[in-house]
Amino acid sequence: MAHRDHTLRWLALASFLLVVIACFVPGWLLNQMLFASARGLAVLGLLVLWRAGLVSLGGALFFGLGAYSVALLQRMAGITDALLLLALAAGISGLSGFVLGFLLRRYRGIFFAMMNLAFSMILYGAAVKNRALGSTDGFGVAQPSFFGITFAEPADAKLALFAVLVVAGYAVMCCVHWYWKSTLGWLGAAVRDNEIRVEYLGYSVERVIHVKYTLSAVLGGLGGAFLAMGLGQVDPDSMINWVASGEMLFVMILSGSASVAAPFVGSFLFELLRTYALEVAPLAWQFIIGATLVLLILFAPNGVWSIFARLFGRAAAR
Amino acid sequence: METAIAVLLDGLTFSSYLFIVSLGLTIIFGVMKVLNLAHGGFYAWGAYSAAFLIGRAANAGWPDWSGFVIIFASALAVGIVMGLVIELGILRFLHDREEALVVLATFGILLMLEDGIMAVFGTDPFFAHQPMSALGHVDIGGIARDVYGLTMIALAFAVAVLAWLAFKRTRYGKLLSAVIYDREIALAFGIDVRRLFVLTFVAGAALGALGGAYVAPTTSVVPGLGMEVIVVSFAVVVIGGMGSIPGALVGALIVGLVRALAVHKFPELELFVIYAVMALVLIFRKEGLFAPAKPRRI
Amino acid sequence: MSPAIEVIGVAKAFGTVVAAADLNVAVASGEIVGIVGANGAGKTVFVNMITGYEKPTAGRILFHGQDITPLPPREITQLGICRSFQVSQVFTSMTVFENMLVALSINRNRGLRMLRDIRQAPLAREAEELLGRFGLAAQRDRLARELPQGMRKLLDIAMALAARPRVLMLDEPTSGISSEEKFEFMSVVMGALAEGNVTVLIVEHDMDIIQRFVSRVLAFSQGRIICDAPPAEALSNAEVIQYVLGTDHAVA
Repeated sequence: MAHRDHTLRWLALASFLLVVIACFVPGWLLNQMLFASARGLAVLGLLVLWRAGLVSLGGALFFGLGAYSVALLQRMAGITDALLLLALAAGISGLSGFVLGFLLRRYRGIFFAMMNLAFSMILYGAAVKNRALGSTDGFGVAQPSFFGITFAEPADAKLALFAVLVVAGYAVMCCVHWYWKSTLGWLGAAVRDNEIRVEYLGYSVERVIHVKYTLSAVLGGLGGAFLAMGLGQVDPDSMINWVASGEMLFVMILSGSASVAAPFVGSFLFELLRTYALEVAPLAWQFIIGATLVLLILFAPNGVWSIFARLFGRAAAR
Repeated sequence: METAIAVLLDGLTFSSYLFIVSLGLTIIFGVMKVLNLAHGGFYAWGAYSAAFLIGRAANAGWPDWSGFVIIFASALAVGIVMGLVIELGILRFLHDREEALVVLATFGILLMLEDGIMAVFGTDPFFAHQPMSALGHVDIGGIARDVYGLTMIALAFAVAVLAWLAFKRTRYGKLLSAVIYDREIALAFGIDVRRLFVLTFVAGAALGALGGAYVAPTTSVVPGLGMEVIVVSFAVVVIGGMGSIPGALVGALIVGLVRALAVHKFPELELFVIYAVMALVLIFRKEGLFAPAKPRRI
Repeated sequence: MSPAIEVIGVAKAFGTVVAAADLNVAVASGEIVGIVGANGAGKTVFVNMITGYEKPTAGRILFHGQDITPLPPREITQLGICRSFQVSQVFTSMTVFENMLVALSINRNRGLRMLRDIRQAPLAREAEELLGRFGLAAQRDRLARELPQGMRKLLDIAMALAARPRVLMLDEPTSGISSEEKFEFMSVVMGALAEGNVTVLIVEHDMDIIQRFVSRVLAFSQGRIICDAPPAEALSNAEVIQYVLGTDHAVA
């Protein structure tokens, strides 16, 4: 009963179309797409943890780490190449996640969530207190170069960045998709369902969690790095604060866990919702988010994606 | 020396209202296994209601001490009304869901409650100082302190004793212990778990509102109050052990004193210091200081 | 040839409660041993200690001569001792087939192979085959949490077999299964085990099952082994009758 998995082909097509569309949309929309996709990467990282039954209230930790790594590498090491910056930021986040993972893999449920929150607060405190890092104002990130080319027009640089993001995003989606079909990926669901069984089948639950934590750190850092370059600046309040973590969680719930592409769609919806709501009813913004969250959890706990899937009759990928 | 006394008194004052608020939070968790982030909303509504009504009362020429009556009345009203609406209207449908999802739902409710405040009371700050002014000052260790702050400590103490008595000596308390330990078996014994849930939620909400209402005269009541308090109460409850009343007491003491220290020494890093302490506690005691014992799984 | 399992001077105390006191037992390869005793006699603690879930407060446990006392459950599983549980431990959100697949792949795919797709032909075939041996083939696509009690227990045992153990410990396999079905259930289980020359230890309350399926009985009472003999002898032993069976239920 082999079933052919066309997900990756559809994703490739969608990614290609996305880059084409990006060439023609107005600047503000490109920005939305850029920020949404960057955040989507981080949310995908959260989703990896969610599949193992873990919720992190500190997603902003690695997101902020990635963003600040880019800014600092640029300022202190003079690195301007986008790809190098991305690789280094992802590496730094991943390494931090790996190290922190030794401690955090012992926790579950609300304690796991809170420990992550605690560490993200610690990073926040460090960033805010530090004059050299610009305190609450943060500091700017210069336009990066791509394979040595520096674009004269900022708009072109944005487009190039978006193209890189889409390619990177596609690669990431492929990896995570394969990961979720592999034994290690299935172990996430196994750990969520029954830790004792996993141990008694001969595998270490803590190691499973550690791997997932490191992976989510890499994704978070990558997302933050893209945002830093796309936004042109880093600051603690939008990137390391617990509010940022909360937004990521909201997007995760909105997107659901059905597919690797879900976080990106959800993130984009969130950006639209936010822009629209802030324009139409700036004081009711919190209420709208709150109400949406409650309604989602009551009626669509598998996220918006599951509504899509039901509408189009396609079974959601596991 | 003066700073030490100041820190100690500030710390005890913080601990007092933190305890009252966290007690509500931990009871709700212990009985219903729901980590109710909307609790911050009860606090905020309690504070705003009390501040608003005290202001109105003062304008209408009521005596200053009437503020105290208003405080307790608002707390009760907010607890009952909001508690009932939220439990019966929303939480009732989420009882069998995953813990994390329920927490996020309560966060959604918190956001709605916070915005609701701005819609009803506006965004200007309230400052209803009458009850505090009515009690005047007293000199402790060379510093003038509000008597009001001291009464808050007394209130927390009274609440702690009442809670202990209610839990250990009344029939309601015993039923609660049964449900906390095992909901299904309690049901099998014919305990009306649903009604207990509603009662507990209302009681917890009233405690949250009381914390806010009693604090209102000491500070200017502004939007965002609810968020601020829930972030700290959350840490208190996690440090103390979720569902544990002595845990809430010890947790509140620790966090209150740590916070007082932070406010005096590193003002911007309040939250950071509190959460660092929480992380430290969790490193040594994975589930908080007084986490309840778990039965054998296999 | 060293015995499969050797328990030497093992004791376990929970504070003042003595769950096990000076246990000495050797089980040879291929034996089928029944473990009986009243509730609280220490049977499950015994199983838990051998499988690493709990650590004895004194004594050692050897597996083919190797000291496994300090090892955690996952390492003991890897060495070749598996168990089933009183309350079946399965992956509730997955189908029966997926449960089996995950169990097999944890055992077969190690290291980098863990990154390969889980639904590969050889593994899938083995999963089907194992499910078939336990009569679960028809339930293949049913969610584990929807299985009736008996089938859940079968799945639990089948998953324990996925790791190709040399020693299998079954903790009250027939509890919760109706009396008429117990024999059939155990026949299915023992039949599935027959092919592997597995050493089996069965904790059981039902003496008919014990008489029918095991060749040796260990009777526990208050943390001690009060009798170690073939079933006929054990079940007519005076102490066993007094402390395990109850004088009303003496088996002739």
